[in-house]
Amino acid sequence: MNTPRSTGDLLEVEGLTCRFAGVTAVDDLSFRVKAGEIKAVIGPNGAGKSTLFNMIAGVTRPTDGAIKFDGARIDRLPTHARARRGIARTFQNLQIFCEMSVLENVMVGRHLRGRATTLSALLHIPSVGAEERAMEATAMALLERFGLAAKAGLPAGSLAFGQMKVLELARALACEPRLLLLDEPAAGLPHAEADKMAETIRDLNRDGMTVLLVEHNMRMVMSLSHDILVLNNGRRIAEGTAEEVRRHPEVLSAYLGEEAVDA
Amino acid sequence: MQTATALLQVLSAGIGTGAVYALVALGFNVVFKSTGAMNFAQGEWVVMGGMVTALLIGAFSSIGLAVVTAVVLVGIVGLLSERLTVQPLKKPDALVITLVTIGLSIVSRSLVMLVLGKKPVGYSGFSGNTALSVGGVSIQSQTLWIIAITLAFLVVMHAFFERTILGKALRAAAADREAAAIVGVNVGSTVLLSFGIAALAGALAGAIVTPLTLASYDQGAMFGFKGFSAAMLGGLGSLPGAVVGGLALGLLEAFGSFYISSDFKDAIAFAVLLLILFVRPSGLLGRADIVKV
Amino acid sequence: MASIEAKTGPMTHSRLPRRGLSRHARLALVWLALAAVPFVVPNAYWISLANLALINLVLIASLNLLMGYGGQISLAHAGFFGLGAYASGILNVRYGLPPWAGLPAAAVVAGLGALLIGIPALRLRGHYLAMATLGWNAILVVFFTQLVGLTGGPNGLLGVAPFSIFGHALDTEAKAFPLAWAVAFLVMLAISNLLASRIGRSIRAVATNELGAQSLGIDSFRTKLAVFVLSAGMAGIAGSLYVHINQYASPETFGIAPSIMLLVMVAIGGAGTFYGPMLGALIYTAVPQILLDYEDAELMLFGLGLLVVLILFPRGLAGIPAALAGLVRRRRA
Repeated sequence: MNTPRSTGDLLEVEGLTCRFAGVTAVDDLSFRVKAGEIKAVIGPNGAGKSTLFNMIAGVTRPTDGAIKFDGARIDRLPTHARARRGIARTFQNLQIFCEMSVLENVMVGRHLRGRATTLSALLHIPSVGAEERAMEATAMALLERFGLAAKAGLPAGSLAFGQMKVLELARALACEPRLLLLDEPAAGLPHAEADKMAETIRDLNRDGMTVLLVEHNMRMVMSLSHDILVLNNGRRIAEGTAEEVRRHPEVLSAYLGEEAVDA
Repeated sequence: MQTATALLQVLSAGIGTGAVYALVALGFNVVFKSTGAMNFAQGEWVVMGGMVTALLIGAFSSIGLAVVTAVVLVGIVGLLSERLTVQPLKKPDALVITLVTIGLSIVSRSLVMLVLGKKPVGYSGFSGNTALSVGGVSIQSQTLWIIAITLAFLVVMHAFFERTILGKALRAAAADREAAAIVGVNVGSTVLLSFGIAALAGALAGAIVTPLTLASYDQGAMFGFKGFSAAMLGGLGSLPGAVVGGLALGLLEAFGSFYISSDFKDAIAFAVLLLILFVRPSGLLGRADIVKV
Repeated sequence: MASIEAKTGPMTHSRLPRRGLSRHARLALVWLALAAVPFVVPNAYWISLANLALINLVLIASLNLLMGYGGQISLAHAGFFGLGAYASGILNVRYGLPPWAGLPAAAVVAGLGALLIGIPALRLRGHYLAMATLGWNAILVVFFTQLVGLTGGPNGLLGVAPFSIFGHALDTEAKAFPLAWAVAFLVMLAISNLLASRIGRSIRAVATNELGAQSLGIDSFRTKLAVFVLSAGMAGIAGSLYVHINQYASPETFGIAPSIMLLVMVAIGGAGTFYGPMLGALIYTAVPQILLDYEDAELMLFGLGLLVVLILFPRGLAGIPAALAGLVRRRRA
């Protein structure tokens, strides 16, 4: 059942449009994310970044256009089905299971890798116990990798903001996704922690993870991304490497206002 | 000819009952809007309205004065209830408030029982126990009073929500608590206000329906349940929905028991209710987020 | 000071430390203790109360699974209890099936009753399940009352046979106790097992943060539906126990008022705590016995007690130790 990957593009967005009550948030947008790259989407406030992100993650339904993941259309699939295909995400405003422990949060991330059904769980057949122990070990290893092992037993809601962001990333990775969607991973973090987050993302990518991120922190985007897509008013105004995008006149005007171009 | 008369007869009875349900549903909706909770105490306020009016009629000798005083008193009970039970909650989410109103309903019911007694009470209609005959159709005068008073109350409520600052604040808080708090609306006081209005509406319903049904301490659950059904039928949290839902439920019951069977009267009403909710889950006039599946 | 630092320092274990007994051992110990009940109570009336308490435990624990862990409110739990009781009882009285066949049938019928209302109601955000189930229970009661040919109507379903083991009828309270004891144990064990699996975690995850759960591949609609149907199925099992132990059922046992009270008992015991329902079941069984004798003022006291618990201990009676511990910890910090 494996769809042949003819292009090496993991994610293909074609003519994607989203309108809310007359406002066109994303307008006939097309772009690709190659397997193994870090791609960033930037743009001024209201450029349509969040809407685009939500359409890819399955929270907002597009008005028109197609989203293909690994060659197959996913734009009509609900969020959980996209996760099943191999897309995991983090949230800008954190969607942590606050009342569950830090370890359990990551274990929920292993959900798709488990086989226990409601019936086998009720009966607690031996394989369920084995699966639990395996899930716990994997989750614990992830927490150790991200420096949260000491907090494993605490309620996730008691973590500091920066730790919650790291936890959400660990939880998303627990899914073993093929595409990682990061919604403003550096937002709200102090300099040092943002840099550490960037380093983590780079490490992940070095191990082969494809990343699509929406971010405001220019330093992070410029240093991290292989490819940058710049949006304004829901349209693409530039796409390319950090160098190319930085020099693009439309990008300058969109970010600095008209007077910068006039001057 | 006779069937047409019967039809009108059933219609007028249905509208009369429906108007009462609409008032109860309105109270239910106001609290739902401000807290997200189901208010189980709503029906107890209906009973209180009827029983306190009955008590006061003896003292005041004026029905109008007795009704107004009773409704105001029960309104104060509503305000007190919120201050004593909902306001002290540390984490006032919808579930906890719902459970608190269950406790409130038990306490209110036993209070009514202990103070006002277990015997059903009643009083004559506002124009005596007269019936008007219109073209062969006999309509209780009290039914007309019910319809007129309900209409008047709805007009006042509409003006309150649309015209007054307090009403607008209440609507704003219901739409978005956080945003309302940011622009300076005291969200806590809007919850208080909603309990007051809900008690007022419930008590009024009780005061005007008692001449037809008598009032007894144990009717609260039934009234609350009918009001809740009407609210759900019309669309939770919607004020026009309360009116539409109340009338629809009243007519459904009247026609259901007339044409099919009075044994299944409630089942018919609920079956239609559930059927409508299957087709339009947010009610006739309501809007709700449907989870994308 | 140094000792406190040492205590709160970073853990070096890669596994979480597990204190005390395993969940299975703890549950087994509690049930062994409960086995002594028939030997220590003075008479058969008390054993009948113990049986009722165990049936109530199945009801409250299953509702707690839905409400405390699944974050959904059902106001038809007594209705599903009734569906189970009538399904099992009617199969026995009208069709001559043995109670042992009625027990699984009760679970299936109650589960189907939940499926029917759950599919439309759970597609909506917010507490629509609560609303829809309230109406559903009302309809069920009308059918229990009006379908006289099947249910016996207001007079109740008479002549229900007791369970029997190898031709030996469990027709006294003392003989029925081991059965209620064993079934309640199995239900508690099943709930405990479920909660300790990926399914249990997904149920809690959906209740805590639906969006987050969906992003990890959890189908929130199916998860909610499954836990609702499961919880109703367990109520159906309780119904079968009830009808064959009492050898009778009548509609008022399965109305909206008991549904509301079950909800209250989950909250009083402690929603989302495993042993909270045992406290809830104890209170639910005891209260009517006390209220039977003194009618008036006690109702008021009960209502006030409920309000006090809800306002002061939002996590229920089972949450009091944790609340006190939290208080102590805050003092020290």
